[in-house]
Amino acid sequence: MKRIYLDYAATTPTHPEVVKAMLPYFTESFGNPSSIHACGREAQTAIEQARTKVADLINARHDEIVFTGGGSEADNFALEGVAFANESKGNHIITSAIEHHAVIETCRFLEKRGFNITYLPVDGYGRVDPDDVQGAITNQTILVSVMHANNEIGTIEPIREISRITKEAGVLFHTDAVQTAGHLPINVTELGVDLLSMSAHKLYGPKGVGALYIRKGIRLIPLIHGGEQERGRRASTENVTGIVGFGRAAGIAREEMAGEAQRLTALRDKLIHGLQEQIGSLHLNGHPVNRLPNNVNVSFAFIEGESICLTLDQENICSSTGSACSSASQEPSHVLLAIGLSPELARGSLRLTLGKWTTEEEISHVLKGLPRIITKLRAISPLSTREE
Amino acid sequence: MIKVYLDNASTTPILPAVKEAMLPYLGEDFGNPSCIHSWGDVAREAVETAREQVAQLIGGNIEEIVFTSSGTESNNFAIKGLALAQQNKGKHVVVSAIEHFSVLHSAKTLEKWGFELTLVPVDKYGVVDPDDVRKSLRKDTVLVSIMHANNEVGTLEPIREIARITREHGVVLHTDAVATAGTVPVDIKDLGVDALSLAGNQFYGPKGAGALWVKRGVRIMPLLDGGVQEGGRRAGTENVPAIVGLGKAAELAKADMTRRTEHIARLRDRLLKELPARIEHVVVTGHPQDRIPGNASFCIEFIEGESMLMLLNSQGVAVTSGSACTSRALLASHVLIAMGLSHEIAQGSLLFSFGIDNTSADVEHVLEVMPPIVERLRQMSPLYSKFIKASKGGK
Amino acid sequence: MPAYSAKVMDHFMNPRNVGEIENPDGVGEVGNPVCGDMMTFYIKVQDNRLEDVKFKTFGCGAAIAVSSMVSEMAKGKTLDEAARITPKLVAEELEGLPKQKFHCSNLGAQALNKAIEDYRSKQKKVAGGKENERQKTRRR
Repeated sequence: MKRIYLDYAATTPTHPEVVKAMLPYFTESFGNPSSIHACGREAQTAIEQARTKVADLINARHDEIVFTGGGSEADNFALEGVAFANESKGNHIITSAIEHHAVIETCRFLEKRGFNITYLPVDGYGRVDPDDVQGAITNQTILVSVMHANNEIGTIEPIREISRITKEAGVLFHTDAVQTAGHLPINVTELGVDLLSMSAHKLYGPKGVGALYIRKGIRLIPLIHGGEQERGRRASTENVTGIVGFGRAAGIAREEMAGEAQRLTALRDKLIHGLQEQIGSLHLNGHPVNRLPNNVNVSFAFIEGESICLTLDQENICSSTGSACSSASQEPSHVLLAIGLSPELARGSLRLTLGKWTTEEEISHVLKGLPRIITKLRAISPLSTREE
Repeated sequence: MIKVYLDNASTTPILPAVKEAMLPYLGEDFGNPSCIHSWGDVAREAVETAREQVAQLIGGNIEEIVFTSSGTESNNFAIKGLALAQQNKGKHVVVSAIEHFSVLHSAKTLEKWGFELTLVPVDKYGVVDPDDVRKSLRKDTVLVSIMHANNEVGTLEPIREIARITREHGVVLHTDAVATAGTVPVDIKDLGVDALSLAGNQFYGPKGAGALWVKRGVRIMPLLDGGVQEGGRRAGTENVPAIVGLGKAAELAKADMTRRTEHIARLRDRLLKELPARIEHVVVTGHPQDRIPGNASFCIEFIEGESMLMLLNSQGVAVTSGSACTSRALLASHVLIAMGLSHEIAQGSLLFSFGIDNTSADVEHVLEVMPPIVERLRQMSPLYSKFIKASKGGK
Repeated sequence: MPAYSAKVMDHFMNPRNVGEIENPDGVGEVGNPVCGDMMTFYIKVQDNRLEDVKFKTFGCGAAIAVSSMVSEMAKGKTLDEAARITPKLVAEELEGLPKQKFHCSNLGAQALNKAIEDYRSKQKKVAGGKENERQKTRRR
């Protein structure tokens, strides 16, 4: 049977058009963009064209985009880069409790280096309250970092409202848009952010490349030191193929975004409602409306998420529990705990994320199979029998 | 037009077999290795196979290999990560004056973070004297980093001797082997180092993948925080296709190293010998014998590197230069200056770096087009006319 | 690295007026090899006009193209006209120069101006010398 992939939030397949655009840069045009001979210049031109496409995706200027080795690096760069460039102004950073590990762990690192971090709570849907941001700002605050949408539960954060506050307070504002770039329309000026992280492999581009938007005029200390690539902001020979792929993927995303969001929202809601109708003791995680068009995250009482995933995998359905990145660690998701789930419910979470190649038939198939799996797993769970 | 690529030190082309190995991971096998479903399994297995291939290339254990996005990231990770992990022991770091900027600038960042930095000098061939390393060691020294071979002049450094000293003093030794790994035999046990950086795009693998080998038991702080990929040492979704390519390139390099080295060194030796024979006032830079096989580096007196590069490019020849004008920072190569060359001479720097695709016809072509290019630029050069007048006057 | 305009490439590949003038009326030298580029301009003046301009340059593609362009722009102009050639005008004539090349390599106008100054100071000395001669004669 054909496999059903429902883990688009972990990584997306690389679009065949993207692969096609990348191929020449593996072999014929393999030069190092820093070289001034013809081979190098070809590569440099390709990078600059990709930069324009990525800039266009978020309505930024060409020179405001710095390519990185991925979304995690973009987050690390934004936080450390701002922190170390503004040490003399203050040592306080505000973030939320549900950020991606790339932001949270970087904050922990900065704590060790003498910075104070405020981790703002979220409500039951996973939303940050802009008033909390306002309340947390002190005269030592140099940066606020709140994600555009959460990667696990899909909740979209009130970025515009927060940016109004940071602007007034004269504090820099970073948003991790790894889950939204290429999926929701983004206009950095309208959002009012100063820095924004993106990742190519979340929008049908290749792995190993991301970007950080840095509003013109903002100075960051580089994270990776060495050569003068990326106008001195990120050393290292550019991943030309990856960058070219990112550019192509950004171009496609820009064209297809609106239609795709509409289609996926309908499929998402069909899946959520279908599950709610068929399965009892089910909890929808994240906001019912203000959520990513492709995100379904539910918790099933009495059973454990990994066993659901593995059983689904046996039936050729690919899903995730917690976030992809935390599945190697044993702790329940910090996001689900932050929205007030008990550790048991957090462990019983299942994330199904839809994408370009998800069909209505696939969703129907899941709606047929999943209730059966849940009943089976609950039957062997000591928790459910205890409850009964 | 004849096209001669002699800039393999900047980046090598990707071998077709490497590209073939990568393609499935750009297509149907696109999974995220962190995922526990079958897509994730396929990707994870591919990454682990590559880890084994890279470990074998340098004689390390698989769990000692951390994949990064490049040699530059490996060096940043090593210098900052090894120093920060030991800062309770001491805050003194030693590196050579001719390190790649990814090491030098990382060390300078440590200085901003309260570390002290000692730069060890080199001799006229670019060789670090192990005794200088010994003398630089202090009670609070926590890290020494000396490159295995210099990327600009090709000189191989006495890492074994330096390792004996750092071991004696219980100091961690890192070596930047980006210019050597996959090109000449690199065995971490033989070298005696504690950490080693390498990059795939230097030995016919793709850009976007490098690795840091860190000896078991040596502590290192992550450079990129986040998820627990790479044993918690490097966050970020793995660049699976590039890592697969790096692994395949490592396997091919190991199998084919002797043949490659012989072929490349033969071409290089010819150019090293013939170019100074055909053009007057040419200085060979780097060590006459102890150098990596592909490197033929020169300084052509009285003229400037970028203009030579441009004229060579118009003849289909791609090379590089360490002149100030070719660098984006507009500074002459710190390596040539550290070797005691004057700024004036360093401006005439030219680096030919050979790869497996080069042929003796390529050397022939270079030997043919170089003399008229040099002659033409010298006719334009005020330094040359001064020199001629002075030598005439001297007679 | 440098994305040079077609005009820059033309002047680099086919530089005009390369060379030295024997017994020049003025010589101007700027730059030094440490910062990258060095240019020497030679001029021949006839009736207050630049009858001939030649140069020698040690430097990158931009430096050579700039020297060539300046020599072309200056030839035939009066000294005052030639003194009004600025680095900005030279860059414009070359259809632009890469940003990082603008300051270090765009020394041609400066070298030409130095050559003109050199000529003018020599003229003053000559004129001054004649004046001295006259005074000496008078005193006698």
